[in-house]
Amino acid sequence: MSLERKKKRISDVVLLWLVYISAFISILILVGIVSYVFIKGITTINWEFLSTVRSSIKDTNGIAGNILNTIYIIVLTLLIATPIGIGSAIYLNEYARPGRMVRIIEFTTETLSGIPSIIFGLFGMIFFGNTLGFGYSIITGALTLTIMILPLITRNTQEALKTVPQSYRSGALGMGATKWYLIRTILLPSAMPGIITGIILSIGRIVGESAALLFTAGSGYLLPASSEGYLNKIMESGGTLTIELYLRMAKGQYADAFGIAFILLLIVLGINFLTKYLSRKFDVRVDRR
Amino acid sequence: MKAQNFSIMGSNKTKSAVEKVAQWVFTFCALCAVFAVFSITAYMIINGTPALAEVGVTDILFGTVWKPTAGEPSYGILYVILTSITGTALAIFMGVPIGVMTAVFLAEAAPKKLARIVKPAVELLAGIPSIIYGLLGLMILNPLVYKIETFLFKDSETHQFTGGSNLISAVIVLAIMILPTVINISESALRAVPKQYKEASLAVGASHMQTIFKVMIPAAKSGIITAIVLGVGRAIGEAMAISLVSGSVVNFPLPFNSVRFLTTAIVSEMGYAADTHRDVLFTIGLVLFLFIMIINIVMTRLLKGGTGNES
Repeated sequence: MSLERKKKRISDVVLLWLVYISAFISILILVGIVSYVFIKGITTINWEFLSTVRSSIKDTNGIAGNILNTIYIIVLTLLIATPIGIGSAIYLNEYARPGRMVRIIEFTTETLSGIPSIIFGLFGMIFFGNTLGFGYSIITGALTLTIMILPLITRNTQEALKTVPQSYRSGALGMGATKWYLIRTILLPSAMPGIITGIILSIGRIVGESAALLFTAGSGYLLPASSEGYLNKIMESGGTLTIELYLRMAKGQYADAFGIAFILLLIVLGINFLTKYLSRKFDVRVDRR
Repeated sequence: MKAQNFSIMGSNKTKSAVEKVAQWVFTFCALCAVFAVFSITAYMIINGTPALAEVGVTDILFGTVWKPTAGEPSYGILYVILTSITGTALAIFMGVPIGVMTAVFLAEAAPKKLARIVKPAVELLAGIPSIIYGLLGLMILNPLVYKIETFLFKDSETHQFTGGSNLISAVIVLAIMILPTVINISESALRAVPKQYKEASLAVGASHMQTIFKVMIPAAKSGIITAIVLGVGRAIGEAMAISLVSGSVVNFPLPFNSVRFLTTAIVSEMGYAADTHRDVLFTIGLVLFLFIMIINIVMTRLLKGGTGNES
């Protein structure tokens, strides 16, 4: 025996192999999913598919209405959720003193991010749909998703606020700035990259969401007939791309389903690269949960 | 512009009013999450309990016959509950080892170049919409599982063939879907293990693999348990991905039976259910909600008691 002689244990070799195989499986799943969807989906994509709606009279089979619905829901949800989420983060980080109140707020925020989307869907259906009387409509869907993405925006804003140096605050307050002035002109601009990252992550969540929207936003797929209709659309049922994908899959129209899946994957990939780019450029800590 | 009287005290009154309003607005924003959780809990309880009174607690929770639209309806959801528990447990058994091993790969075993490819891939996996997992499960997994099924049961006369839409397919989809969660949290737990542990273990002559599996994983235990609990939460709450893959028939959860989960029961029937049937679906929602709340409370306990391993 010498100290230099290295004897390899069989168990070590086996474990190392298992570790590599596991990592390989993870990669294989991703590559498999992406390439399968791209190969199957790209043949469905053409201008007609993107610019028309389902119609047996005109014999068109597109998803333009669903694309529009998705945009509506993204914009509406973000319009409602972003101010609330940012406000909540400001309260937690700048105003609140540690205590019972903060514990409750942080516990509920944590709870919200753990509730499955189907429960949000049920709640949205009975609360926004029935109690508030919005029925199956885009606004019902947007309000439901607002609750769902609130933790995401709050947490990412909080992370961003935490990285603003304490000296900025003391400096501003020491020169006589009020707290609101400090938040408006110093904290929010410094935290902006983090906030934007949170918003982009939220867009990803909204685009991919289906269970929470099935019974809240419904499955409408038409484009508004007149320019007035574009405003009324908020109160009408509108299925996003994921809902349309589900419906076509349930009907067995798999080619169309893969076409929609292709578009969804493109969006998800885009969002992923964008968050990567932002977090690298601005040194943002991302909280994806 | 009007001339203003400047003083070093400024317009103190309006200023302090703005300050107050700002504070109130921010407090209100922060309370939104609290309102939301309270009203979700209240609504789930209010809407989930009437059916329990109407049909009877034992008839619903321990009944095994699900015939909501029959002349003499029966609303037993025991098999549905059992399916969700079994399906989640199997998905954890399948997904967690692969997830933890991949985390070991990322945190310890991989050369930097390889880790730089695998890590973004895992992040991307987390971002793929659940409905796409469902689509691929239906198109790729079901035919594969059907082949196994026909091979295993070719001589059986009692087996109901599922065409691959069964518990096994759903479990595989769920296992894949929890992978990113398990990998990310276990990886940061492993990275948080103090360097001295590893160095000490290597110094007394343990090999790298021994160090990982006998020292580092036990040290990262609380973080890995957190990962598992989060995985359970994800698996039990997943709806759309498995609704078409699992066959959606209420059945005892055997691997090659078509089954229905708590989530998929709601997805597939809420569209047309009415009256008592609808109330029972809300009871199913309430059962799911209770499971999730238990998981959440376990989570917060873990995070509080943990050694700071979690991300």
